[in-house]
Amino acid sequence: MSLRNRELLNLIAVGLLTAIGFASVYIARSEPSELNAGSLTYAGIFLALYLAAHLVVRYAVPYADPVLLPLAALLSAIGVTLIYRLEPDDAFRQSLWIVIGVGLFALTLLVLRRDFRVLEQYKYLFGITAIALMMLPALPGLGQTINGARLWVKVGSFQFQPGELAKIFLIVFLAGYLRDKRETLAQGRLKDFGPLLLIWGAAMLVLVQTNDLGSALLQFGIFLAMLYVATGRAAYALTGLALFVAGAAFVYRYVSHVQDRVTIWLTPWTDEPVFCAQTGELALRQDCGSFQLVKSLYSIGNGGFAGTGLGKGTFTTTAGDPIIPYLNTDFIYSAIAQELGLVGAAGLLLVFMLFVARGFRIALLADDGFSKLLAAGLTFGFALQTFIIVGGVLRVIPLTGITLPFVSYGGSSVVANFILLALLLLVSNRANVQAGRGRA
Amino acid sequence: MNKQITRLALTGVGLIVALVVATTYWQAWAAGDLADRQDNQIQRVAQFTIDRGEIRGDGIVWATNREEKKSGRTFYFREYPQRGLAAHVVGYSTQERFRTGLERSMNDYLTGQNANLSTVLETFVDKAKGATIKGNALRLTLVPRAQRAAQNALGRRCGAVVALEPQTGKVLAMYSSPTYNPNLVEENFDQVTGVGADCRRPDALLNRATAGLYAPGSTFKVVTAAAAIDSGRFTPDSEFVDPGYCEVYGKRVNNYDTSRPFGRLDLHTALVNSVNSVFCNIGKELGARFLVDYMKRFGFYELPPLETPADERAPSGLYKADKLFDPAQDTDVDPGRFAFGQERLLVTPLQMAMVAATIANDGVVMKPQVIDRIVAPDGSIIVRSKPERLDRAIKVETARAVGAMMQDAVEEGTGTAARIGGITVAGKTGTAETGIAGLNTTWFISYAGKNRPQVAIAAVVEQQNSTGGQTAAPVAREVLQALLGSTANS
Repeated sequence: MSLRNRELLNLIAVGLLTAIGFASVYIARSEPSELNAGSLTYAGIFLALYLAAHLVVRYAVPYADPVLLPLAALLSAIGVTLIYRLEPDDAFRQSLWIVIGVGLFALTLLVLRRDFRVLEQYKYLFGITAIALMMLPALPGLGQTINGARLWVKVGSFQFQPGELAKIFLIVFLAGYLRDKRETLAQGRLKDFGPLLLIWGAAMLVLVQTNDLGSALLQFGIFLAMLYVATGRAAYALTGLALFVAGAAFVYRYVSHVQDRVTIWLTPWTDEPVFCAQTGELALRQDCGSFQLVKSLYSIGNGGFAGTGLGKGTFTTTAGDPIIPYLNTDFIYSAIAQELGLVGAAGLLLVFMLFVARGFRIALLADDGFSKLLAAGLTFGFALQTFIIVGGVLRVIPLTGITLPFVSYGGSSVVANFILLALLLLVSNRANVQAGRGRA
Repeated sequence: MNKQITRLALTGVGLIVALVVATTYWQAWAAGDLADRQDNQIQRVAQFTIDRGEIRGDGIVWATNREEKKSGRTFYFREYPQRGLAAHVVGYSTQERFRTGLERSMNDYLTGQNANLSTVLETFVDKAKGATIKGNALRLTLVPRAQRAAQNALGRRCGAVVALEPQTGKVLAMYSSPTYNPNLVEENFDQVTGVGADCRRPDALLNRATAGLYAPGSTFKVVTAAAAIDSGRFTPDSEFVDPGYCEVYGKRVNNYDTSRPFGRLDLHTALVNSVNSVFCNIGKELGARFLVDYMKRFGFYELPPLETPADERAPSGLYKADKLFDPAQDTDVDPGRFAFGQERLLVTPLQMAMVAATIANDGVVMKPQVIDRIVAPDGSIIVRSKPERLDRAIKVETARAVGAMMQDAVEEGTGTAARIGGITVAGKTGTAETGIAGLNTTWFISYAGKNRPQVAIAAVVEQQNSTGGQTAAPVAREVLQALLGSTANS
């Protein structure tokens, strides 16, 4: 069976799953239980959208990996289903963003289908744009502080997180730059590290500007991973990590927001009341600073092994007030874990794992340095972002608000991840063509 | 570069594996601990969708549900038709203030989450069908008219009453004053914390019956007398001389009334008239560690067993700096004052009721139980409480000898206010100084019955300016009368 027919079958399976998901949410929400055509229409439109994307893939990158697009479709379907269950109004907007995301996905494929490696020529442009995008929220009048982190830009009623796009631009820049300089860097001469130290400085600056440990960790983590892949020197990555920790420790001492995050992470529960910065009074930490994390853990714990069932979870008080804030963005994983239980949450993580495995497979199969670095960088970025947000929700690391790729509610995130997907498919297509595996 | 990419791939996959491990930790390993946390609002709200089991007993509904539909979900909110009558035992189950009492300790049964096979199957089927999960119901041993008698007798005074069936350990009455209305906890908590009463710290939420720690005063002489006779070193006829005081470490310790020394008297008479100096001398003779050993046989130094939450109960014994104190040497405590119930000795009414019940039950301590049975939604009985023997504290003869002394104390001694016509009542009064002049903690422990002991009781009243015989004994008598169904007056 050709690669594209496999992709088509995978997509149809995802479409069926989506229909079942929507139907069960619909049944759980309405009373008396009856199946409305509306939920099936939703799934139908969803399937049609991805079939269109599939056709573009058939035309533009016929030999690309057949699993990634269905996996992305599945993740975004899980996301929309959950968002529909939590905030029906947001689900409509999220669907629109997915349509835009798929559109940009198609556009990227069509524009770059002959040879995506032209990107390499513009690497410095991408690098500068990435830094500019990261700085954007710091501009007065433009930047928005939400939940303590300055990650947003607002123009009129339109608001987005430039960091999401900056991440991809940064990877494109690094892939080009590192391919160019990898031999000299591997020799370890200090002057070659100038531009890299610059990036470290920029990451630290971003950290200070945005107050957000998560974004800084993500961007710097991608940088170190790609540096390691390019030079083969683990010592560089370890030194870089040490520098980051040192920098973060320095920031920790002087930025109270970062300090709070770490304190909350280490001791979310206190037996005695402690000073609560929000109210200025004494309160138990679980009732004050760490209430988001603690309530999210309660949500996860309440799911248990099998979950409460879609639509049957508890996210509001008996009066209807929300218990967990930012439920469909930062904390969407705790909602999934409650309704689908360990089985569903582990299944979701498995989908992420498959995506990551396929991405690295593309990096391995690619036959030139730029493609390898690009695919490895994009895939590792995807994995690290998943780890930072889910790990934060699970109290593995301090919690920072970034999105869960394809699943969380949020336009910038959805659009950026579809572009990431398009780039991976481009690399995969070329690798398979070069290796003559196209007809496999 | 492929070697590096492979390693990076392993790192990336490893990060996600770590997430699977962490999720498993929270959902399988730590889920129980999370669910038990007091501030777990999700758990609390989720449990309102369960048709919680009712709490009933002796023809009365202690706790039931009010069904309410809100935003497409059906919630079962708790209602307490008897309001404050047994609030400290039954407790409450709320969204904002979590749970207390049996509502808290028996939550697994009440919400159908207990591990009994039939419940597990039923809950599983309900869950799979999407039907409302039904909890199991509790049947209590409490006797409502005894609760009411205790409530009326204590009135605005602070204190507590515990009544046990000596042979089975069944809790017939457990009342703590002041009480509160559990229906107000969710929305009018101020009214609960603001309940007033005639004592310094009313604290209506405290279950004084199981967690109130008081100096036992002379009621402790029952334990001392039991230890003394059981040791074989004293008999009820052992002779003493009472000069009106006793000397310990060169200091005088006075009787309640120093103006009338008894002179020569035996142990029996000493208990009937509650003569401090005699018990002081017995204490010096037996030593503190010997007394502590006997206390432990009665259940002191351990949480008194009951189905209510452990942190709503307190162990009785010697206390030092707010902690239980088990003396390593006799000289660590003053054995004389210890023997008549002073000297940093703190006890709960439940423990003193257990002492009275043990005397009434020929020296065997029974486990107090307030739940009679647990009933499944289909009416079948899941758990039926059986009388449980904890320990033999003293010999049968010792128990009978001490019992005879307690009978005479009611007939002709300090406890005459507890006499009930046609019924044999045995008892011991206690009046413990609180360190504030004119404010005593007053006690009465007793057992009574027509032909054999049917009820054992302990009553305590806080901050009284007279004796246990005048204040606590009448309270105990009211409750005994309610339980024994006698209308006769003394």
